[in-house]
Parts: sequence; C-alpha cells; structure tokens
Amino acid sequence: MKLVIAIIKPSRLEEVRQALNSLDVHGMTVTEVKGYGRQKGHSEIYRGTEYAVHFLPKLKIEIAVDDSQSDAIVSAIRESAQTGRIGDGKIFVLDLLAVTRIRTGETGASAL
Amino acid sequence: MTNLKLSKLAGTVAGLTAIGTLALALPALAQEAAAPIAEAVAPTVDKGDTTWMLISTVLVIAMTVPGLALFYGGLVRAKNMLSVLMQVFAGFCMIALLWVIYGYSLAFAGPATPGGLSAFIGDFSKLFLGPITTDSLVETFTAGVFIPELTFVIFQLTFAAITPALIVGAIAERMKFGAVMVFLAIWFTFSYLPIAHMVWWWGGPSAPAGTAAGYLFGLGAYDFAGGTVVHINAGVAGLVAAILLGPRKGFLKEPIPPHSLVMTFIGACMLWVGWFGFNAGSNLEANGLTAVALLNTITAPAAAALAWAVAEKFTRGHASLLGAASGAVAGLVAITPAAGYAGTMGAIALGAVAGLVCLWAVVTLKPMFKYDDALDVFGVHGVGGIVGAIGTAIVAAPELGGHPLAGYAMGSQLWIQIQAVVIAVVWSAVVATIAMFIVKALFGGVRVSESAESDGLDISSHGEHAYND
Repeated sequence: MKLVIAIIKPSRLEEVRQALNSLDVHGMTVTEVKGYGRQKGHSEIYRGTEYAVHFLPKLKIEIAVDDSQSDAIVSAIRESAQTGRIGDGKIFVLDLLAVTRIRTGETGASAL
Repeated sequence: MTNLKLSKLAGTVAGLTAIGTLALALPALAQEAAAPIAEAVAPTVDKGDTTWMLISTVLVIAMTVPGLALFYGGLVRAKNMLSVLMQVFAGFCMIALLWVIYGYSLAFAGPATPGGLSAFIGDFSKLFLGPITTDSLVETFTAGVFIPELTFVIFQLTFAAITPALIVGAIAERMKFGAVMVFLAIWFTFSYLPIAHMVWWWGGPSAPAGTAAGYLFGLGAYDFAGGTVVHINAGVAGLVAAILLGPRKGFLKEPIPPHSLVMTFIGACMLWVGWFGFNAGSNLEANGLTAVALLNTITAPAAAALAWAVAEKFTRGHASLLGAASGAVAGLVAITPAAGYAGTMGAIALGAVAGLVCLWAVVTLKPMFKYDDALDVFGVHGVGGIVGAIGTAIVAAPELGGHPLAGYAMGSQLWIQIQAVVIAVVWSAVVATIAMFIVKALFGGVRVSESAESDGLDISSHGEHAYND
C-alpha cells in the first residue's frame, strides 16, 4: 500500500477531487498548509511597514491507496492540479505499512 | 507588586480621599464662575439643547467602547487582541470614576478672580461633584443660554476617558496591565486635567471681563473640540511612552501584521459616527454652528481618507483599506480643533492636508526614527492634532468661509496656536516621562517578560484566548 501526499494550489481542490472520484478513490484527507518552493511570496504593506510574506497558502491531500493504483492516481492528481504556472505543487509517494478501519477493525487492502 | 509597594499605594489613595472629604467640609472658597444663575441674565434651559448634549455624550462613549477598542484591537496580533480591548475598556472605567471624584473639579472649577495657579489647574470645590445638583447650570457659548451642569460633566467625562485610552495604541503588545492603568491615571491627573483646564475653562459669555480663565483660553487659543487637549496631548504622551518602553520583540525584524482589518474597519466607522457627538456636541447647544461642526466632521475625514488612499496608490502601489480608514481618522483629528471655526471648503482642504501629512508621518517619519509607536498614535493623533491646531488659524478666516471669534486676525491667531501646541507638547512629554519612571519604579519594570510577550498578553496577562476555535 502507498500513502500519496500531494501539495496543491487551493483553487484546484475540486478538480482533483473529481479526477480521483473517477478512479474510484472515495476518501481523502485535506489540510490547509503554508509553504513555498520556487514560487516566491509576495509583499504586503500595512501603513509604514512592508512585510515580505514568504509562505503561501496551499492544500495538502493525503490518500491511502493500493500499490496497483498508485501510478494512475499520481497522474490524475498531476493533470487535474496543474495550472502551468510556478507553484502548482508536488506529489510524494510513501510506503504505507498498515491500515485499520476504526469502525469495523478491518485491516489491509479491505480497509482502504 | 510587592506588599510594601502595594500598601504605599493604598496609603496614598486613602490619604487623597481623606483630603478630598475634608475639602468638601470647608465652605466653598469662591463662587463657581460658570454658573451665575441669580444674575441679571435670566437663564433659559432648552430641552432640545439638553437632549442634544445627552445624545452627544452617548455617541462619544461609543467612540471608546467599543469603537477605539476594536480599531486598535484589529491592528494587533491575535494573541494580544484581548489585552488591547481590556486596556481601553478598563482605562475608560477607571478614568470615568476618577473624573467624577476629582477630575471635573480640577478641570472645570476655580475661583472667579484670577490669581495663583488658577490659570493652570482648577480647585477641589467640586470634588465628588459635591455642590452640583439637578438644578445647577452652566452657560454655553451663547450669552443667556444654559445647559444643566450635569450634562456638561458627563459630556466632558467622555473626553477625559477617551484621551488616555488613545495612548494604549502606542504601548500595545508589551506593557504590564497594572503599569498601563497606573500610568494612565498619573498622566490623566497631571497632563489631561491641566491642559483641559488651560484650554477650556472660563467664566462663560456673561461673565464680566477679567474673570479668571485657563491660560491658553486667555491667550485666545482656538480648540473647538480638543485637538490640543485630546489629540496632541495623547499623541505626544504615546510617543514618549513608546520610546521609553522600548520596541516590541521582533520590531523591524519579523512581520507584525494586523490580525483583523475587518475589526479595525468596524472600529474606524464607529469612531467616525461617534465623532459627530465629539465635535458637534462641543458647541454645547443645538444651533446652526452645531450643524457646521457636524458638516465639517463629514467633509474633512472624507477628503482625508481619499487623499491618503490616492497618495498611497501613487507612492506605494495600492490604495489600501487600512490607509483609507487611517486617513479618515487623521481627518477627524485635524478637524477637531477647527470643527466650529472652519468653513466647508476650509474643512475639505484641512482634511486633505492632514491625510497627506499623517501618511508621511506614518510611512516616512516613523521608519526614519525607528520608534515603535505600535498603532501610530503619534503619527495620526499627534501629527494630525498639530496640523489641525495650526490649520485652525487659517481656515477660521472669514474670507475662507470660516467662523472666527471677535478680534480674529490670521497672523496673530497662527502665533497663538503655535504657542498652544508647543506648551501642550512639552507639558505632555514631561508628564509622560515622569509617569513612566514612577511606574517603572512601582512595578519593577513596565514590560512583561520575554516569554510572556512571545506567548501573547492575552494568555500571560489575562489568562484568556481571544479565539478558541
């Protein structure tokens, strides 16, 4: 099993959700995060003081998936989250050791 | 505070109260100059005037609670929001009580014959508002027109309460709560009261020539609603206190952006609406000049807000909401001394000038000298008040549509206004300095600890979080 973590632009969430739905992925966790990579921040001015704001708002999506689906899901996320401009984000794939469904106690692939 | 210092403070308070009670027991030293009800002028008390004064009073209260509190609160970080609300709120409550105990007396009571210190401070004849009854009257600026003295007492209470509250903005986010309260009480007693007395105390239009009056009033200084008494006074004290206090940790190194400009906007609008009571109520009655003051209180801040916003757009790239709101406040401050003296075009010009000068003070002057006047109390109230005080001499000119008093000449009035400004600046600065040193000694330092400042004053000084979601 794999844990797919994607950092995307907040405005692309709905597109990513729909793309994943069409791949029969019906669960995900979304967190509001801040970060930067090659996309620089911007500056804000309040009265006499100018601030360089380095961190930009992003969304982090985490999905637990079966090994066989992992590549397809990464492609789907990449296509739906892309705008073509710097700051589109990154996708990480981690090995997932165990999964448990809390309500029933199922483990492994049937818990995904 | 140690037990020794606490008991010294309690002893001082008890002593003052004892003296006050004793003064009450003595026969009145002199006739109250501003309430000659058994004179040749038959007093008329118009219910419309009285109602207007009561409404103005309520409007000005709303300026402080919650107007100023929210205006300032939104400008600080979320972890310090409650501390700002608390300092303004508790400051208001404290000064309201001190006002009725001794403040009104020291500001607006005194003997009819000049002499001694009466031009600089009042006496204790109205301690605890003792001799004032529901029938006591004070004269307005129109001979023979009176309002109940109690309405004057409470109207002036609201001015006395908002002035120290303004200082909170300069020392925000780093000062011990108890120290703030004691500092405000001392400054109120030794700077606000004397300056209010010097600028506004007189015997009324029906009093004979030569009746005692405040020093600056006698000089002929124009200050319709408190540009000097309130704004220059508080602005300078804020600057001095901010410098002596030292800057916030991270000032000029890390971003300290406002946590809620929405709150600041709400506060600014409440200030504007309340200011109608502040300026127009300062006419003490409801007539055409009251309408002039009210109109000026719309046009000047409108011009100032747009001037600030446009100048910001050209010099810094964006017309910001904070800029427009700050500009409006700057215009309100500047028109305060001129509210009943300026013509409409004069008010617009004064507002626009104030908007531009205060913008400069905030974005150029402050970074030049690097003082941490956290919420720009000096930049907006101090500088705006100075622009307004001096500008009043100009916009009062009849050729400019102004409404001067008898004997007005622009040149001499300019000189008088400058003298008043200098006296207020020096007086307030000296008192603020001494008050800070007293408070530093009493509290063993006025700043909270570094970790308390990092955690935020809400949790470290007040045991609360503003936002718990």
